[in-house]
Formats: sequence, structure tokens, C-alpha cells
Amino acid sequence: MPTTSVPDPSKKHQRREHALMLALVSPALLVILALIVLPVGWLAWQSVDHDGFTLENYRRVFTEDIYWRSFALTFEISLAVTLIALLLGYPVAYLANSVPKGWSILILALVVLPFWTSVLVRAYAWLALLQRTGVINQFLRYLDVISEPLALVHNTFGTVVATVHILLPFMVLPLYATMQKIPADLMQAGASLGASPSLTFFRVFLPLSMPGVLAGCTMVFVLCLGFYITPELLGGGRTVMVSMLVSRNVELYNQFGAASAVAVVLLVSVLAIFFVVSRFISLDRVLGQK
Amino acid sequence: MMRASPARIALYVISALVLVYLILPVLIIAPISFSSARFLTFPPPSFSLRWYQQYFANPAWMQATQVTLTVALLTVVIATPCGVAAAYAISQSKLRIMRIIHMTLLLPLVVPIIITAVGIFFVYAKVGLVATMPGLVLANVMLGLPYVVISVLAGLQSFDPAQEMVARSLGMNRLRSFFAVTLPQIKSSVVAGGIFAFISAMDETIVALFISGGQYQPLIKRMFTALRDEIDPTIAAISTLMTAASFMLVLLASTRQKKGG
Repeated sequence: MPTTSVPDPSKKHQRREHALMLALVSPALLVILALIVLPVGWLAWQSVDHDGFTLENYRRVFTEDIYWRSFALTFEISLAVTLIALLLGYPVAYLANSVPKGWSILILALVVLPFWTSVLVRAYAWLALLQRTGVINQFLRYLDVISEPLALVHNTFGTVVATVHILLPFMVLPLYATMQKIPADLMQAGASLGASPSLTFFRVFLPLSMPGVLAGCTMVFVLCLGFYITPELLGGGRTVMVSMLVSRNVELYNQFGAASAVAVVLLVSVLAIFFVVSRFISLDRVLGQK
Repeated sequence: MMRASPARIALYVISALVLVYLILPVLIIAPISFSSARFLTFPPPSFSLRWYQQYFANPAWMQATQVTLTVALLTVVIATPCGVAAAYAISQSKLRIMRIIHMTLLLPLVVPIIITAVGIFFVYAKVGLVATMPGLVLANVMLGLPYVVISVLAGLQSFDPAQEMVARSLGMNRLRSFFAVTLPQIKSSVVAGGIFAFISAMDETIVALFISGGQYQPLIKRMFTALRDEIDPTIAAISTLMTAASFMLVLLASTRQKKGG
């Protein structure tokens, strides 16, 4: 069989080539295996091992009220954050796609700017803005709009505001990437056939942008499911999301089995979402933006 | 263009508001850090550098900064060559298992970070790596690897492997042809990947919360614990410095990437 690539196409050479390539990936692979595959496997094992095999930890996760409420709250918050991010992100992506090049670069730069600020720093900024004595409350009192400071933070509201802020770029970027690939001729065709701009938008543009919507929503939803710093600092102890449940079980109560079971359920949820989404669009499209 | 249509105006207004929402928190930190007030007041009563002085004069903050910089630097030094080698092999090899390996290398981006953190904590506890420098560096290498792999793979995509073949057919060995022909052409992606790994290591909080301790606590962990207790403007000063540092690094990475095409 003729091979164009290598000077010596013999079997022996090919085996050496394979061995070399495997040797080259092995350092990186070993680090990943040792520090993510092994630890996650360990968690899974620990969740069912308590002096022998037991599903007790899972029974608790699925029946006890605290766990159940925390999972429900996490899914609710993630859903709300995803929808808000879509509603806020779509117009921005649309605008960036429909203005001249220089403007769209500026808009995208503003979108990714906060991306490169530490998540912790942004949590601090939101505390500074939303606190009882924070910038927004002081401003509103100065304007005499309110007499008592509003409770904007240390609750679910503050968590959602800050979480949307952190995840919004993950929505805008895939939306913009998809919109860019929609041929402008299609819109002109719609217009020339007599459709109003809004009809062309809803019948042509919106359906064609759906892969971007799916990619953005997946990324935002999945990242939000595992959020820790933002709800911990802005939730005021009341908004207990799943990842806080994991850390509390480890740090405060020494409940390693329970923590592991919660972690496994969270991981399975995330992988299941990726799996379902991968049937519709390529995962590269979803992960490529990170 | 239907510039004046109400829909178009609404689009401009909504987008402008969203952009303000995105940018405002990033911009609010700097004025707070230069404020003279102990508690948050806005606008600040007067400007001062006292929070910066407090940061630079505090041995605990300084030690944490040193730990952070050491960890981030070591992370880059280890993660970059490993990531480059892996990306090269993934792009060159026709082995079917490479697809699985490629996906495995991206796992740190997929697994929720809290799960990774707790898992590593358990494993480290068994082997005695909790609260040690090597443990911290290793964890950050793992978290930084995907950034190097993704960046370098993107660089290799626009590189024609036939060039390396030519060099080899002219008598260079594989290693030399890689360093002489391939590496210079993907240099920008390598540097960008390294910078992203550095920023990720500087910024990583959750894993550090679980596995670091004692004298090996990075800056971000101390910031997190300080923030849980009270809002100290010293953190605004540190945040401003960190933000400035990562912006400069990103700027460097993106000019690099542009040059590389």
C-alpha cells in the first residue's frame, strides 16, 4: 500500500511511530489520570463503600430534605441564570454581528474583558456594589428613591446577578460565532420576498442561530450547576448550592461518603447533559469557547 | 439599513445596558482601592494609597503573593512542554486511541471544579501531599494543561506537517526538525497557551481552598477567607493589581496569537 507521509512505510517503522506518539502524550495523560480520573474514581468508590457496599449515601441524597432542596435550588438557579444570560446575551451578539467590523471588535472586547478578571475579584466587586452600604444603595438613597437600603445581596438575588455576570461571555461568544456563519443573503432574500424585518428575523435568522443558542445555554447551565465561589460569598449562607453541600460535608461534618455521593450525582448530571447535547451539536462547539 | 426603526433603537439601548452591566464591576474596584475610607463609601471621600501600603507591608500577604507567583511560574514551566508534546502527538498520530486521549486531556474543563477539588484532597491526604508546594503545583499543572493543549492544537491546525517531512527527508532527525521547523511557526500559540496556564494558576481558588495550607497558601485563598469574614479594602488593592496583571498578560497573549495567524 503506498503511503505518502513517511519515507519508510514498513510495519516496524509504523510501530515505532505509534510508540513515539504515545510517549509524547504520556506525561500530560499521566497528570490527568493521576489528578482527575483517579480522584473522581475514588469519590465514586467512597460513595458506595462503608464497611462493604452500600447505597445508603445515595438514599440520603435522594430522600433527605436538605439534599433534595439544595439540588432543586441549584437546578432552578441554573435555569434562571441560563434564561437571563440568553435574554441579555442574544441582543449583544446580534448587534455585534450586524455592525461594521471595528464596532463588533469593540463590543466583543467589552464582553471578554470581565472574562479575564478573577471570579473572586468580581464577587468582591458585586459585594461592593450590592451591599446595604454599597454603591447602588447609596446612590438610590442619594436620589431619594428609597429610604431604607434594599437587600440586594446575601440572598438568591445577589447570587443570580453575579453569576449571570460571570457566565454571560460563555453565552455571547458561541451565539456570535453561529450568527456570523448565517449568510446575509438569506435575510435579503426574505426581505425581497416581502417579509417584514421582524418576520425575517423570527422565520429565518432565529431558527438558524439555534445551534449557538444550544451551545451557549449548555455551557452556562453546566458551569452554573457547579458554581461555588459566587453563591458562597454572595448567597449569605442561605443559598446553598450543590457544590457548597459537597464542601460543607467535607469541611464541617466530615461526612465523606455523603459528600462523595453528592459529587457523583452532580457529575453524572453534567455528563448526561453533555451527552444529550452532543447528539444535536458537536461538543467542540460547546467547549471550544472556554 | 433600517437604522431608525424602534426595534433597532431598542437593540442599541439593551445592548448598551448589558455592556455597562458587564464592565461596571470590573471598573468599580480601582476607585475603592484608592479610597481613604475604612468602609465602603462611594464616591470615596479622598484618595490614598493606604490599602496598597497595607498589602505590601503585611508579611502574610507578601508570602501568599510569593507562593502564588512561584506556583504559577512552575505550572507554566511544567504544563507547557507536556501540553505541547501531547498536542503534537494528537495532531500527528493516526492511532484511534488518540481521540479518547484528547477528550481525557480536556476533562479538567468538564468536571465541576468542586468535584476535582474534593477528589484531589482525598488522594493527596493518602499520599501526604496536602499543604505542600509540589501538591499545589501538580494540581495547577493538571488544571492548566487543557489550555495549552487547546491553544497549541489550534496553532498546529494552520501548520502544514509536510514542512517537517521535508526537513526530515533532508536529513534532520525528528527532534531537530520539530525545534527548527515546527516550533518557530507555532510559537505564538505555545506562548499564549503558557500565559493562559499562568493566569489559570494565579486565579485558581477552589482547589487551593481544599489542598493548600500552612505556609503554602496562595494569595487567592487568603483573599477568599478574608472576604468571608469582612470586606477589607486591602482586597480591593490586591484585586486591582491582579486584574491589571492578567489584562496585561491577556493583551500579550492575544498580540502573540494574532502574529501567529
